[in-house]
Amino acid sequence: MMASSYNAKEEDGHISGTSNHGGAGTVKTRKPDNTAFKQQRLPAWQPILTAGTVLPAFFVIGLIFIPIGIGLYVTSNNIKEFEIDYTGVETSNPCYNCAKNFSWNSTTPCNCSMSFTLEQPFESNVYMYYGLSNFYQNHRRYVKSRDDSQLNGDQSSLTNPSKECEPYRTSEGLPIAPCGAIANSLFNDTLELYHIDSNGTRTLVHLVKKGIAWWTDKHVKFRNPGVNSNLTAIFQGTAKPVNWRKPVYELEPLDSENNGFINEDFIVWMRTAALPTFRKLYRIIHKKPNTTPTLPSGKYVLEVTYNYPVLSFDGRKRMILSTISWMGGKNPFLGIAYITVGSICFFLGVVLLIIHHKYDTRSNSADIPN
Amino acid sequence: MGDCIQVLAGFKGEVRCEPPNNRLDKFKGTLTMDGQNYGLDNDKVLLRGCTLRNTEWCFGLVIFGGPDTKLMQNSGKATFKRTSIDHLMNILVLCIFGFLAIMCSILAIGNAIWEMTDGSVFTEFLPREPGIGTSLSSFLSFWSYVIVLNAVVPISLYVSVEIIRLGNSFFIDWDRKMYYPKNDTPAQARTTTLNEELGQIKYIFSDKTGTLTQNIMTFNKCSINGKAYGEIYDFSGQRVEITEKTEKVDFSWNPLADPKFVFHDGSLLETVRGRNPEAQAFFRLLALCHTVMPEEKKEGELNYQAQSPDEGALVTAARNFGFVFRSRTPETITVMEMGRKVVYELLAILDFNNVRKRMSVIVRSPEGKLTLYCKGADTIIYERLHPSCNKLKEVTTGHLDEYAGEGLRTLVLAYKDLEDSYMDKWTQHYHDASTAIDGREERLDELYEEIEKDLILLGATAVEDKLQDGVPQTIEQLALADIKIWVLTGDKQETAENIGYSCNMLRENMEVFFVSAHTSEAVREELQRARRKMCPDAAEEPTVTRARAGLFWLHQTETVQDEKVDGEYALIINGHSLGFALEKDLELELLRTACMCQTVICCRVTPLQKAQVVQLVKKYKQAVTLAIGDGANDVSMIKAAHIGVGISGQEGMQAVLSSDFSFAQFRYLQRLLLVHGRWSYLRMCKFLKYFFYKNFTFTLVHFWYAFFCGFSAQTVYDEWFITLYNTVYTALPVLGLSVFDQDVNDRWSLRYPQLYRPGQLNKYFSKKAFARAIMNSCFSSLVLFFIPWAAMHDTVRDDGKDIVDYQSFALLAQTCLLVVVSIQLCLDTHYWTALNHLFIWGSLAAYFGVTFTVYSNGLFLILPSSFPFIGTERNSLTQPNVWLTIFLTSLLCILPVVALRFILIQIRPTINDKMRYKMHEEGLPAPASKRLPPKRFTTRRSGYAFSHSKGFGDLVTSRLFLMKHPLKVRQSLFFQTDSSLAEDQPQHYRTITEEPEEQGETQETQETQSP
Repeated sequence: MMASSYNAKEEDGHISGTSNHGGAGTVKTRKPDNTAFKQQRLPAWQPILTAGTVLPAFFVIGLIFIPIGIGLYVTSNNIKEFEIDYTGVETSNPCYNCAKNFSWNSTTPCNCSMSFTLEQPFESNVYMYYGLSNFYQNHRRYVKSRDDSQLNGDQSSLTNPSKECEPYRTSEGLPIAPCGAIANSLFNDTLELYHIDSNGTRTLVHLVKKGIAWWTDKHVKFRNPGVNSNLTAIFQGTAKPVNWRKPVYELEPLDSENNGFINEDFIVWMRTAALPTFRKLYRIIHKKPNTTPTLPSGKYVLEVTYNYPVLSFDGRKRMILSTISWMGGKNPFLGIAYITVGSICFFLGVVLLIIHHKYDTRSNSADIPN
Repeated sequence: MGDCIQVLAGFKGEVRCEPPNNRLDKFKGTLTMDGQNYGLDNDKVLLRGCTLRNTEWCFGLVIFGGPDTKLMQNSGKATFKRTSIDHLMNILVLCIFGFLAIMCSILAIGNAIWEMTDGSVFTEFLPREPGIGTSLSSFLSFWSYVIVLNAVVPISLYVSVEIIRLGNSFFIDWDRKMYYPKNDTPAQARTTTLNEELGQIKYIFSDKTGTLTQNIMTFNKCSINGKAYGEIYDFSGQRVEITEKTEKVDFSWNPLADPKFVFHDGSLLETVRGRNPEAQAFFRLLALCHTVMPEEKKEGELNYQAQSPDEGALVTAARNFGFVFRSRTPETITVMEMGRKVVYELLAILDFNNVRKRMSVIVRSPEGKLTLYCKGADTIIYERLHPSCNKLKEVTTGHLDEYAGEGLRTLVLAYKDLEDSYMDKWTQHYHDASTAIDGREERLDELYEEIEKDLILLGATAVEDKLQDGVPQTIEQLALADIKIWVLTGDKQETAENIGYSCNMLRENMEVFFVSAHTSEAVREELQRARRKMCPDAAEEPTVTRARAGLFWLHQTETVQDEKVDGEYALIINGHSLGFALEKDLELELLRTACMCQTVICCRVTPLQKAQVVQLVKKYKQAVTLAIGDGANDVSMIKAAHIGVGISGQEGMQAVLSSDFSFAQFRYLQRLLLVHGRWSYLRMCKFLKYFFYKNFTFTLVHFWYAFFCGFSAQTVYDEWFITLYNTVYTALPVLGLSVFDQDVNDRWSLRYPQLYRPGQLNKYFSKKAFARAIMNSCFSSLVLFFIPWAAMHDTVRDDGKDIVDYQSFALLAQTCLLVVVSIQLCLDTHYWTALNHLFIWGSLAAYFGVTFTVYSNGLFLILPSSFPFIGTERNSLTQPNVWLTIFLTSLLCILPVVALRFILIQIRPTINDKMRYKMHEEGLPAPASKRLPPKRFTTRRSGYAFSHSKGFGDLVTSRLFLMKHPLKVRQSLFFQTDSSLAEDQPQHYRTITEEPEEQGETQETQETQSP
């Protein structure tokens, strides 16, 4: 036997690693390129959390937040807001009877009037809202129950509304316009405001109906179908929503710019609320050209045409009068939150500073274990 | 049969043999030929992987091929490798499913309650769908919420994880610092799914030859007649360190010199050429006393076939210094002495064995002088020296100590002139002894003993078993990273031990335990003795922690805890004992003892045992293992370990082909683990933490919103946002984080291997870290829902119009979410490259861009029902209170995280924090103080006699091996097919069935036929 002892090292000598890679590209080496990317040497910024960056950040945030918070809080407090519940739950409420005897079929509207007193005059423009509680406008089935194509004036959708509108898609064989649960449940109370003078005369406060919807909604999202302005003809062959008392083309028959799908009350309603308690803009009371306040303090009467039932699901209806500021309506939360967060930041900054001083000698020194 | 092919074609025989098995040392079979039976045993078969020497060709019969060969039978099963992170991820995903089910159940119950109390009375405005009652509605809402909340189940996680691993694999492929220019081999990540495991290695199992060493022996130094050669000194007498650039000795005067031989000390050559008699005798001895076979295919092109590389190194040294061993016959040795041809008559070879630890030759010079030349281990030779050498002995001992201290293999040379008459008598005895039937070995030994005495000392040689570059440093680095290295080698104990010392795994202050017993009981005894010595207070029975792990907790694990020992110990165990120790009843004993030692060396192990050792550690330590090797015998352990690394470019491709990562040099291992592995692990963990955070935060907001929308499965965000959140808005930034992030750069990683330790302890990602991420996202989602809710719930725009509508709220909530999630990502990003900036800011920009597009008039007018959010962004993002809310929400989400991190850095900084701070302060790492391995002054010494088994002596003198006529080269049959076919085409093995009539055979080599 001439062969040497077993030696697996020489295994498969003929499948040589390099021979496979010979041939044409022998000159080209397989050495990787020396680029910063491939060698993971890309220039980089390597920030670390040090006392020098973290502590000042906390103090600066604290210092910025507290004034903003105070500003927000003061602004919010300067906004005047008045709220009155006219649901009629208690027997003492003037609307109790209307609420109690509500029926969709009644032809005679039920009226009730609430009187209230504004302690302070409302300056500048005053906005009148209606507020609903426990009304799930954000329920998934409710939210999707609409046909945006129809509302955008699409002819085919007008006569053949989307399936999403079920069960308010057709009524007695005719397509409903506007279809869907949202449109069907349109808020249809009428609110009127009277100012009672010191001598007892009632003057109607002028409520502006237009300018309450988003510009994009009014001009892009909602459009009446057809080109001519005769809405009655256009909506021929469609049914009104089940709950409605009048068809969509009679919402504001005198003003073609505010009738049909582009009626602003309708548009505002169609913008569904995110939360079950919400308020929606109803009317605007423009400020008077002279210096007298828009709504001087004193007695007022709210005349309600009670059409909208909420008692069955324990809902509430409110009327809200509010002025606004640069940051919107009255909401003290943001101001308080900013003040709180700012204070916490400041406090944390102090705590961190103490910790830093206490532990500085121990940490970060080069005591790296071996 | 000769070289006649016709005869071969007529050969008829039948082989019956054992079925394929993995025992390398046994073979049983019979060859029936012409009605006669010949026994076939292990000596008559060539195993796959053998090299044919000293013959150009041989006839053979293939018995087993392909997977049936003993070598392949040893290679073990290939297992599908998954990382521990993968396993953890599966468990977490399962938990998440459970979590999802719980959330959906809660919401379904909520839905039932809502339908009963509110929904039933709200029918006036929102009628029930026909036929859907409370219970059915609740059931449907369960599934609706499964759909809405499905983002918690990270479907895209697996895809992203693979992308990240692929990216990190490319970085390994591209690393120039793992490219070996000498054979043009870049590192290669052959498996792209195991990267992060590289950052958690606890045990490394390494092969020796070809992995730690280059398998090259070089003649480095020698001591001749009390004078040491091999060092270079400058004019002031200072020793000069030998580097690549040091001037080499010019051997061009010698036409037969081996051009690859390198020697730096010119004075030795001068001495030899100056006809110094001792120097000449020294090299004459080296040229005569060996069992090397020469091969001279062309005039002047000498090739030596040595059984062990160190013997080859010595003969090559003699060749270059002018004593060229040219050829041998059974009776003669031809040497070119300084260009003059001298033929010595070879009278006897007194061969090696393990007990003798020396070899001698007796030759007669042309002048008729009889001489015995002997080389061997110093202790053995010193006992047999003539008293006149005492002085020289002392000086040589000094040199030997020095050589041994440098880890060189030493050998002492001596000679003795013999009288003719004495020789005649001895030859007679020798002949009698070698033909004796009883006690032949003993009688020969006695005779050898008799003649090998009163030797005259010539000097000593020092051969270096060349380690690969940077091996001791790499091992030291890995040890600093708390990685334990076990060497598993097929070499003999002495060789392995020697290498252990030279690569710093064994140190002088270590106590080394040897286990080399032959019975199971003795092995147990030795293991226990070692253990009691190391740790006298340890319990006799190992403490095994049982736990359940894996999917559904089906997998049972047993873990043996690490035990603390004082002092440094090492364990050397040989293959035979290992066989016993790996039995069921002893394996825990072995594991305990081995794990107490800093270094474990297993020698003489078979490939299968290598795999078994790896499996043992895998089973009882629950630690991540890595096996590194270069040859086919390492395949089994490479496959068995969690990660297999192949050293490419030296010994064929077997190891590389079954490995997960491959590169050309052992020293690249430290870069692979300490840099790439650590980064990969860090990145993967950061990615997972962030990914879970981002998806949970996204989803939990829906959960909170459910309480405000009648549990109707209404989503908080716009549909488009839900679609694009994972795929567009957050995909690239998190990929950027997990592909480019590095806490400290590679220099720091290598300078402080301690940074590797957290990975071994699973510090960066575990169930705990997952729980923390979920807590954080719970907090964030609460803030993300309730701050906008509180800030918006009864407010209006600055022109009195609506802003609390669903669409504006959705836009606000999703903008807050995206801002918060992006800032969180910024906090996690430690390494801001331009690409990170691009991805993060680009994604935010993309969000606003897409939002403006999707909410634009144009798209709405084309498809009104798909883009119902028209105009929302124009109406709400212009409001100051919206921005104030976004700002507040983001800060509230981020501040606690920043504060907590800062406090942790201050109070309990991790090593990463410290290192990052240090890097921040210092920039570049201070160069490590040059740690030279301490010089060893020791009596431990080695001789090359240890490095191989019994020599060729019998063969050399048996006349079997040399034909008087030159060998004919078989042009037609073998060489053509061999060279052109076999090299270019892959081998196809036929699968053979286990019939007794086998296809192949080896046996009928020319030698057995010719005499």
